[in-house]
Amino acid sequence: MAKIPVQFTLNGAEKAEFIDSGTTLLHALRDKIGDTSPKGGCHQGTCGACSVIIDGELRLSCLTLAETCNGAAITTTSGLSQGGVLHPLQRAFLDAFATQCGFCTPGMIMAAKVLLDHTPDPSRDEVVEALSGNICRCTGYEPIIQAVLTAARSNSQNAA
Amino acid sequence: MELRKSYFADQRKDDLHEIGQPRPRSDSPGHVTGKTAYFADRNFPGMLHLKMVRSPYHHARIRSIDTSEAQMHPGVVKILTAKDVPHNVYTILILIQIGPEDETVLADGKVRWKGEAVVAVLAETERAAQEATAKVKVDYEVLPAVFDMEEALKPGAPVVNEYHGRNYYLYDSGECRKVRFGDVEAGFAGADHVLEQTYQSSPIEHAPTETTGCIVAPEGNDRFTCYTNTQAMFFTLDNASIILQMPGNRLHFVGGTVGGGFGGKVDVIVEPIAILGAKLTGRPVSFIYSREEEMQISSPRAAEKVVIKDGAMKDGRIVARKVTGYTDAGAYSRHSPYGAQKGAGHYPGPYTIPNVWIDTYCVYTNRTPSSAMRGFGVTIGDFALEVQMDKLARLIGMDPLEFRFINAYRDGDMKAHRQPTEGAALIECMQEASRAANWPVAEKFMAMSSYAKGA
Ligand code: FES
Ligand code: FES
Repeated sequence: MAKIPVQFTLNGAEKAEFIDSGTTLLHALRDKIGDTSPKGGCHQGTCGACSVIIDGELRLSCLTLAETCNGAAITTTSGLSQGGVLHPLQRAFLDAFATQCGFCTPGMIMAAKVLLDHTPDPSRDEVVEALSGNICRCTGYEPIIQAVLTAARSNSQNAA
Repeated sequence: MELRKSYFADQRKDDLHEIGQPRPRSDSPGHVTGKTAYFADRNFPGMLHLKMVRSPYHHARIRSIDTSEAQMHPGVVKILTAKDVPHNVYTILILIQIGPEDETVLADGKVRWKGEAVVAVLAETERAAQEATAKVKVDYEVLPAVFDMEEALKPGAPVVNEYHGRNYYLYDSGECRKVRFGDVEAGFAGADHVLEQTYQSSPIEHAPTETTGCIVAPEGNDRFTCYTNTQAMFFTLDNASIILQMPGNRLHFVGGTVGGGFGGKVDVIVEPIAILGAKLTGRPVSFIYSREEEMQISSPRAAEKVVIKDGAMKDGRIVARKVTGYTDAGAYSRHSPYGAQKGAGHYPGPYTIPNVWIDTYCVYTNRTPSSAMRGFGVTIGDFALEVQMDKLARLIGMDPLEFRFINAYRDGDMKAHRQPTEGAALIECMQEASRAANWPVAEKFMAMSSYAKGA
């Protein structure tokens, strides 16, 4: 099968790969490029574990063809901390006990980041709505919701 | 959270200063940065993908299997059937002498539940493996199936599993686990109230976010490294060793963070066949359940049926309890004989009852084999018992919490299975619960203790 070239930035770094047509972005990121922070929980768009940010929008990488990402700017959870300093969302998830097995965590953080990028001071309902595409089987969600609200508050304090 | 050191002050001298204090988990930094390695976060050059051909029937004889067309499918490297598995019939708990071996790694002559693994296909890509499974031709003769536990126990019911020869697990105590304590019929005869109720539950799927799976890499020296998300590392290693007839020192199992298990990853299902695939092809093998397989194929919590008959006095004392419990193992034992046995010990509940009769059955049906899940064998029983306690309290006309104080076990009480109660603390927990829930009970109950009788 002829390979197709695809080129995009991942967490700010240039990436180029040859892929088979039909390869999902999830597969390309994990198995070709080696960023295993997006997780495959269902490969059918129902769990949110594979969530990434493409050009500022939250996307399910298991339902996104890698070949459609040419020229895109892709962000994953592995790219959030800067110089060893955790992103406020990462800090808040850690402090709020919002991870147990951790499998949903990278996807949750992506969904939360897109929310806070668009809505820096969300209501609890807005947080719940923003996370509604991400399944967590361990925490019961409450610590995750609290973590996102805490991160939003710490962001606004930093801004003030 | 507050630690009440006044309780059991003579028992705990240690400081216990960690309780009620938030402490960061050691694995959280890895989780929030995406650095935690799960078993699937590995990729080996030349890795093959394994997909299963599964039974579309609940119960059927296999007349023939034809893999010739699948073999020709582009990308297919190896196809495995029962005859390729060195020790194909196994049972997980054989390691603790709970037999007989009753389950096939790959079906041999018969399938006993819908979804049972029949043929394993190894191919260069997941897609090729999946496509080839559709080209395997299995000729089935459909057999009558049984799905209801009481139907399965009736004479003349289709026999689900020939390795047992009957549709229940034969304990050394007979057709069920039994607890006999006092004289339950005399207890009912003398009771002011008798209440018999039946409680039933459906199978429950753990639905972990990460599906069950493993990746096996041959090491070149005839050893195999198996990266797995099993929750039962040594059960899996030892059973793999039996199934593959391969000494354990040739198997290197690497576990790590499990992406949610809840008991659902204690069965030995993916590893032996993936190791066999790696051995026979000389290539790394990935066998990871699809989400559909996780929901339909992995063992759920057993369906249970619990019949509870209680005799109680007007003053609130339960004087007799008779329980018949049924655990639906599905087609194979896995951990269910143990679960049903746990139920037998557990059913009187945390209550002191002078006359107890318990029978718990582990029943085989043509349903998905059930297995471990958070407190299996006792969780559904507790649901049934506590609903029964509320109903009894209502029947007698008593506050449900006070009713439990009257019957709560205390240190020194003999339990029905002849273990004296120690360190019960149930009275103290209920006293705290009464305060925390603002559900007041009479002062005499707040003055009770798990230590002293007669208060
Ligand atoms: S893996 Fe993409 S939504 Fe579940
Ligand atoms: S922490 Fe396990 S799924 Fe969310």
